[in-house]
Amino acid sequence: MVNLTIDNKKIEAEAGQTILEVARENGIVIPTLCSNEALEPSGACRMCVVEVKHGKRTRIVTSCLYPVAEGLTVETKSERVLASRRLVLQLLLARCPESQQLKEMAEDLGIKPEPRFTPDKDGSKCILCRMCVRTCEKVVGVSAIGFSYRGAEKKVCTPFQEESATCIGCGACAYICPTGHIEMETTETGDSRTIWGRTFKMATCTVCGRYFAPEDQLKYISRTADVPLENLAVCISCR
Amino acid sequence: MMSKIKSFDELKSVQERLKAGRDPKKPCITVCVGTGCLAYGTQKLVDNFREELAKRNLADKIDFRTTGCHGFCERGPMVVISPEKVFYQRVGLADAGEIIDKTVLTGEIIDRLLYVDPATGVKVVHEDDVPFYKKQTRLVFGLNSKVDPESLDDYLAIGGYSALGKALTGMKPEAIIQEVIKANLRGRGGGGFPAGWKWDATRKAAGDPKYIICNADEGDPGAYMDRSLLEGNPHLVLEGMIIGAFAIGSSQGYIYARNEYPLAIKNITRAIKQAREAGLLGENILGSGFSFDLKINRGGGAFVCGESSALFASLEGRAGEPRAKYIHATDKGLYDKPTNLNNVETWANVPFIIERGADWYASIGTAGSKGTKIFSLVGKINNTGLVEVPMGTKLREIVFDIGGGIPGGKKFKAIQTGGPSGGCIPEKYLDMGVDFDELTKIGSMMGSGGMIVMDEDNCMVDVAKYFTNFLVSESCGKCVPCREGVRRMRDILLDITEGRGREGDVELLEKMATAIIDGSLCALGSSAPNPVLSTIRYFRDEYEAHIKGKRCPAGVCKALITYSIDPEKCTGCTLCAKVCPTKAATGVKKEVHTIDPAKCTRCGACRESCKFDSIIVR
Repeated sequence: MVNLTIDNKKIEAEAGQTILEVARENGIVIPTLCSNEALEPSGACRMCVVEVKHGKRTRIVTSCLYPVAEGLTVETKSERVLASRRLVLQLLLARCPESQQLKEMAEDLGIKPEPRFTPDKDGSKCILCRMCVRTCEKVVGVSAIGFSYRGAEKKVCTPFQEESATCIGCGACAYICPTGHIEMETTETGDSRTIWGRTFKMATCTVCGRYFAPEDQLKYISRTADVPLENLAVCISCR
Repeated sequence: MMSKIKSFDELKSVQERLKAGRDPKKPCITVCVGTGCLAYGTQKLVDNFREELAKRNLADKIDFRTTGCHGFCERGPMVVISPEKVFYQRVGLADAGEIIDKTVLTGEIIDRLLYVDPATGVKVVHEDDVPFYKKQTRLVFGLNSKVDPESLDDYLAIGGYSALGKALTGMKPEAIIQEVIKANLRGRGGGGFPAGWKWDATRKAAGDPKYIICNADEGDPGAYMDRSLLEGNPHLVLEGMIIGAFAIGSSQGYIYARNEYPLAIKNITRAIKQAREAGLLGENILGSGFSFDLKINRGGGAFVCGESSALFASLEGRAGEPRAKYIHATDKGLYDKPTNLNNVETWANVPFIIERGADWYASIGTAGSKGTKIFSLVGKINNTGLVEVPMGTKLREIVFDIGGGIPGGKKFKAIQTGGPSGGCIPEKYLDMGVDFDELTKIGSMMGSGGMIVMDEDNCMVDVAKYFTNFLVSESCGKCVPCREGVRRMRDILLDITEGRGREGDVELLEKMATAIIDGSLCALGSSAPNPVLSTIRYFRDEYEAHIKGKRCPAGVCKALITYSIDPEKCTGCTLCAKVCPTKAATGVKKEVHTIDPAKCTRCGACRESCKFDSIIVR
């Protein structure tokens, strides 16, 4: 166990935990945009920055990655932290002016858009939090999507922006996307869904007859979990 | 092919044999075939020399050697004739025969090929008397002119690999590290972190295997010292790495080199092969029982891959994106194993420290920065080239004594150091000694050693825009402050230079800079605001002139300037009308000409051509 202070509160934490984990356990709110408990931290959004003092050295670090240490002093709302966080959100508001989630977060944190930043007009709601890519790789295990280009041109897409042969149409990327950027369309009858430009045929539940999962996804689960496909033919509600 | 050398003693005898076979009095023609000189067409000159020597049956009587970059790139093609070290510059590709017949055979000096000191007008005969070289301390880089980079024999003949022999047979790994710590060798790649401490941490870290890497991903615009070292003296870099590997306890190393450096990659690849064949690399090096080998990895063209964690990602076959470094690379680097990364120049310094000792090495330089540093001196400077000076050398000496000052009698304005994310240093700091700490104090940095000189015709807002733009296109895009923040800074700079600057822009840029420095994931982002911050710090009035006065004092920003002709000075020579691509400059012969601002594209062709200084830019 290590002893540290977060916002003047003395806290005991397990070594190896991150500042963000410890803060959350202790009811201290640190805003995040690319953090999800199911995923390893990535440190991309920089909303979770905090000011740490260890010995004589003070610096700004990302709380999602920084491990707690004995004698660490953490400030989650110092002027320096707030300035850094404010710029991050203002930059994202300018990048994705149509994102409702960002607007709400800005309102919660009392951050106004910077009028000097001309909002982007491409209509994208992607903040490049990478949660979709990380989910596809680490949780689903297929790595159907990744990044192309770099810098401000960087975008999430399938390789060469073509239909992906590895995508199983599970839609985990769309579910986890915090801004609703990734679109998944399902037909009225529910017999197929389209995501990343590819249309997936949906399987029906042998009990209730509803469309419940893409056939490719069931085949993938059958293959990787070594379960006969017949065992996956019943939807969760009917199981 | 050399047979394996099995001990330090055997190495010594090989060196002796090679040295004895070389008569120091025998004439030798040396031609620089660094990339800069090759671009002048020097290969043709080399072919001509070989042909002319063969024609005269002199191949046995006169040595001929091609070497890597000598540094004085401004004056290539360059030929040095030993033993007198007669120095010829801007040599014509067909001059080979004449040089052999006159200078080499009869000692006659060819006047037109001599260097003229622009300061004194005096012609200089010998290389060592050229002011550009005279004020340098060419410790690391100087060996370039003594060896053919394709020849291991050349390197051995000047005592090469002695330091390795000494380290492997007479020193314990810990003692080597202590020597490097004592020498206070600091990383030449930009950070200036003490190499010895890094070595020590990697040696002590738990984990196996341990990797050592040479960072040859030199990407700063205008910087090419690492390239020239790898091209010109690859065995020196190898020797440093093998010593480092032994000290750290590593058996596998990598050289991560830019794909844009084909000659460097070719020469280091050959050197690795030669070293393996000679028993200097691979299994049981010099019979010591220590084994180490190297692989070369070519970078894919991303500037950010010079950053350690992005470099590891790239080496591992992933996209070159940095990761947070709260756990040091010395503990978890490449493949999460203890990794020691140093750049080319840092490794090249190691053999000197081992060979001559830490005390000697630490006697060069300043209190906090030891040894020499190679700078690439470019921009508005007479003597463009690579310059090696002791740490602490005054900027003024580098720019004016070695660099020969500013061309065309223009006034010095600033020197940009540290690469794209370095800072612009104004004239008032010219008497400052250059080392890691002094540069940081005044808002710039050492970086890898790029120095870009600017004169009165450079607009500092435009300069800041240029470097910021470079960083925008090189940001990997992972973290928000760098990806989004730096491009917004660039947009504001663009506005300012195009007449759309607003009151408060400078303050906003400063505020953004602070948050970007604090919030960015890696050093690319956290140093990206430097060009803006340092130009605001020292040239704030230029920003104000653009924003409030809607004018560019240096006459660079096209949206803010107009071209006109001074009727007092114009003689009606018609030259401006002839060169003007848009027919904006017009007039009757022998009468005052005029420029139509509606047609003028502000290309500057009239100003460059006017012999009477009559073009006014406001």
